[in-house]
Amino acid sequence: MLYWTRECPSVRSASRVLRFLRHEPFAVAGGAIYFVIVVVAVFADELAPYDPRAILKLGSRIARYQPISAQHWLGTNSSGRDVLSQVIWGTRSALEVGLTAAIAVVAIGTVLGLLSGYLGGWVDRVITWLADIVLGLPFLPFMLVLAALTHPGTGIVVFSVAALLWPNTARVIRAQVLSLRERAWVEAARVTGCSTTRIMFVHVLPQVLPLAALYGSVAIGWAILAEASASFLGFGDPTAISWGVMLQEAYANQALSRGAWNWFAPPGAAIMAMVLAGFLISRGSERLLFPKLADQ
Amino acid sequence: MLKHALGRLGHLVLVLWAVTTLTFVMFRLMPGDPTLNFLSPSFSEETRAALLKSFGLDRPMWEQYLIYMANLLRGELGMSFLQGKSVVVLLGEALPNTVILTVVSLSCAYAFGVVAGAFLAFRRGGLVEALAIPSALATRAAPEFWLGMLLLTGFAFQAGWFPTGGALSPGKELGSFSTSLVSGDYWWHLALPALTLMLYLQGLPLLLMRATMLDVLNDEFIVMARMKGLSRWSIVIRHAARNALLPVVTAFALGLGASIGGNVVVETVFAWPGIGRLLVQAVQTADYPLAQGAFILIAAVLVLMNTVADLAYALLDPRVSFGAKR
Repeated sequence: MLYWTRECPSVRSASRVLRFLRHEPFAVAGGAIYFVIVVVAVFADELAPYDPRAILKLGSRIARYQPISAQHWLGTNSSGRDVLSQVIWGTRSALEVGLTAAIAVVAIGTVLGLLSGYLGGWVDRVITWLADIVLGLPFLPFMLVLAALTHPGTGIVVFSVAALLWPNTARVIRAQVLSLRERAWVEAARVTGCSTTRIMFVHVLPQVLPLAALYGSVAIGWAILAEASASFLGFGDPTAISWGVMLQEAYANQALSRGAWNWFAPPGAAIMAMVLAGFLISRGSERLLFPKLADQ
Repeated sequence: MLKHALGRLGHLVLVLWAVTTLTFVMFRLMPGDPTLNFLSPSFSEETRAALLKSFGLDRPMWEQYLIYMANLLRGELGMSFLQGKSVVVLLGEALPNTVILTVVSLSCAYAFGVVAGAFLAFRRGGLVEALAIPSALATRAAPEFWLGMLLLTGFAFQAGWFPTGGALSPGKELGSFSTSLVSGDYWWHLALPALTLMLYLQGLPLLLMRATMLDVLNDEFIVMARMKGLSRWSIVIRHAARNALLPVVTAFALGLGASIGGNVVVETVFAWPGIGRLLVQAVQTADYPLAQGAFILIAAVLVLMNTVADLAYALLDPRVSFGAKR
């Protein structure tokens, strides 16, 4: 069996990866952004100049709305907290929400896509029907209503992303499985007496994982955008230090009429950079995974 | 084709049924007394009694479900807690604002995206492409409400060119929707939210148009046109663009359905009195009848536009045959 697995197209030689890095500046840029964000998240304690929750004083008064200065590179907010420290700490909650939601949505999408593509028949019909219903649910309103009816927080965000965004992944995985199913090595596995479950999860699944990872890198972005929107509308976790909560606080505390760009521009830019990184990576690696598209 | 259309309509009804049923379950799963959740304590005793009866809130769950479905079919969505107005009336007031905002921003976004995308497909490589594609991706990556906050601060609060929110200036409430539509004040208020949405939405048609144009430009009929000695622009506009537009048209229909619900945050930032903002307000004030009505309306539009996109695709693309007689 191992012989067949080694033939799999997802295992690439090192030279090919090197060539990829040289020819795909987009993917490299995306990877670099992720690298920076992960490093910042890991070393947030050391990197943040202040405690992000500390209310800073200026003499005896609270240091509200401080402009950009040497002490506060991005100034302070309306409650006297350091903006840069909050942006730095925000990387942690962004990665947390993004990764959990992405893993959940890709896991659901991959398993359902695999089942419906490989088994076909009524399983396929039921899953396709489920996907159609889910595509009929508006994402943001669904998340809002659910948060209002249960309890607001990041759990609802992750659940909504996982429950509503899986059809995209499932559809692509299904299409890929439909073609893989007919390959000789699947036939070989069947002839040697492998069970259906074994063929699906041991032989076919590894083949579609790179594709699933591709969708995962985009799903991280959707999850972070979802968290930001939920927080902005007041349905996030208000105690968390996240970019979405920062934007909500800025909007609610007249940062806009005060022109406090230093407060609300950085967290939004951070969200944009992280979501963009996912787009760039998926665009770049598409060509690595599907060389046929390379001439586009 | 007719068979396919009928099939899609049947499918539409099934999905609508599933979505409304799911909505029923969601709203009945919430904690607390459902009677209290659907009847504001501020209603008078008679109103409460009448509503209790007409919605069967004292009946068993399955009966409530049947009554809910029957009410939906008759277009009866209950009473909002807000001034005890009918939910249908409130939705009817908000829907035109959302439709105008969506149609204007989506049309501008697609007009720009299609032209820019075709241009980019034509001019491969070089600095233009290297800059245009990341920026198209970046606008899709930015949170819509943050784009709105930037524009609001720059153009409304600091430059003072545009109003800071709402649909009409204070004291200009003219009554009916059609009168406000012809007033310049309304469009002046529309500019910034529409620009925000346009910035956010243009990336998809741009990238889609570019990709399909590149695809089409390699097709045999384009090679043929080139061999006939037609000019470059004639080939791009008259031959390639027409064929490349197909996926864009489908995306437009899908975008229309998705934007009605996706406008939620932009409408909130600009205090634009549409369905999305109504939903947010309803949810924030625990006005469940209104939240349920707004949610069902948004979902219905989404499902409907999904079907329209599907039909448009079948209608426009001769290659799609849906297993019909060949």
